[in-house]
Amino acid sequence: MENFLQQLINGLTLGSIYGLIAIGYTMVFGIIGMVNFAHGDVFMLSAFIALLVFLILTQLVGLAYPPLAFLIVLLAAMAFTGLWSWAIERVAYRPLRGSFRLAPLISAIGMSILLSNFVQVAQGPRNKTVPPMFTDLIRLTDGPLSVTLSYKQILIMAVTAALLLGFWFLVQKTALGRAQRACSQDRKMAALLGVDVDRTISLTFVIGAALAAVAGALYILYYGVVNFSDGFTPGVKAFTAAVLGGIGSLPGAVIGGLLIGLIETFWAAYFSSDYKDVAAFSVLAVTLVFMPSGLLGRPEVEKV
Amino acid sequence: MSGPLLSIEGVEAAYGDILALRGVDLAVHAGEIVTLIGANGAGKSTLMMTIFGSPRARAGRILFDGRDITAMVPHDIARAGIAQSPEGRRIFARMSVYENLQMGAAVNGGVHFNEDLERVFAIFPRLKERIRQSGGTLSGGEQQMLAIARALMSRPRLLLLDEPSLGLAPLVVKLIFDTIRDLNKREGLTVFLVEQNAFHALKLADRAYVLVNGSVTMSGGGRELLARPEIRAAYLEGGH
Repeated sequence: MENFLQQLINGLTLGSIYGLIAIGYTMVFGIIGMVNFAHGDVFMLSAFIALLVFLILTQLVGLAYPPLAFLIVLLAAMAFTGLWSWAIERVAYRPLRGSFRLAPLISAIGMSILLSNFVQVAQGPRNKTVPPMFTDLIRLTDGPLSVTLSYKQILIMAVTAALLLGFWFLVQKTALGRAQRACSQDRKMAALLGVDVDRTISLTFVIGAALAAVAGALYILYYGVVNFSDGFTPGVKAFTAAVLGGIGSLPGAVIGGLLIGLIETFWAAYFSSDYKDVAAFSVLAVTLVFMPSGLLGRPEVEKV
Repeated sequence: MSGPLLSIEGVEAAYGDILALRGVDLAVHAGEIVTLIGANGAGKSTLMMTIFGSPRARAGRILFDGRDITAMVPHDIARAGIAQSPEGRRIFARMSVYENLQMGAAVNGGVHFNEDLERVFAIFPRLKERIRQSGGTLSGGEQQMLAIARALMSRPRLLLLDEPSLGLAPLVVKLIFDTIRDLNKREGLTVFLVEQNAFHALKLADRAYVLVNGSVTMSGGGRELLARPEIRAAYLEGGH
């Protein structure tokens, strides 16, 4: 029982991070029907930005109050990563819009390679670490296998929950969110109503990247280490989460993220950590056999 | 009196290599209802979309209130004061009636949203009953009402209507056409209407043009064209 509870906490923490990344995949897919394969590397890049900002703040500026440092790191990572993603869309995807379907996909794979190689060259191939923060633990049970909830985990889940609430409000209640939903249903009609479609798509990339940046900052906080190649696996997992939840569905991305996080964690705890990725992908495969459009997705009608 | 509100001069447009419009000339003056009739595939809807810059005219020019809009992008044309109820209505199926109307008011940032909402609900009371329903669950007639209401939310100076009668029951068609006439009479709204339903359109319109294979072949007063035998033979035989 203790083990179960502990793994549940761990799984939800990891799932929060996957969910935040998955939203970027699902939003971009919803609006332009493209899988942004560079999104995982945008996440990795954001973790590096968070790391650099954190080091500048603590080493150069001498900021000693961790919550403030973390807040600044979060905001800076969101801003810079958003800017990167805006530029990527502008340079690598927008010129190919209206081209054949695979062109932006290939371009995205190119951007993915470019980003990870750029970080490898600029930051070196070795692991980068930050000193541990928010290391306090809360003991939920006593005993040989006591269940603990770390401040870090609370922070990750709280930040994720707050962000999802804000994000839900943005999509459901603001003019920008409405324009995004309109564009994802009928871009041409949205333009006829005066919506600047290109700008809306740009902002979608920026928002997706900002959420991935939060995931990146939380990732570096949680694991304390990041490497240039760390975009790939979490990126693929988050993409899997988006597909599992039903690609194009925002709640689906979050639920898919949490599920992938839980499956992976429980598999590693009860069976073998060697095959945890296989477990996550197997669940996806089985789900797609019975529910081809994912848990919350709509059956897709191929548009000509 | 100044020039026409909308002036289309020698406009050509193509989809790929297929020329859909071969030098169209027409004009719509402020306060008029002008209709363009023609058979399926004559290029009517292409003209409607070309006015909105999508596809862009590859020859000729389009003036709106004296301003050249030929090279403008669609959302700027919408912001200039033209609204369209397009072919197939293009309601946002997964948005509520209310949200569809909010989208219609997107151009002016919704500054007089509540006032305009009351206005379109007065015109189409049915929409008020459906306000929370998603667009995709509406009947064809309701969707057409919503498409027109959505267009009106931007307070356009020119309303483009593309086949508002398509697939609707005769009573609903009558309601839609009466509404267009009312808007024109009471508010002086300028309407450019494209129709296959030539009988209703010609009865309603001050002036009319006939489009055949991407060219205007005939023009005149609405009732005047309605009386011509060649129009009756080509567009009205087989009942209305």
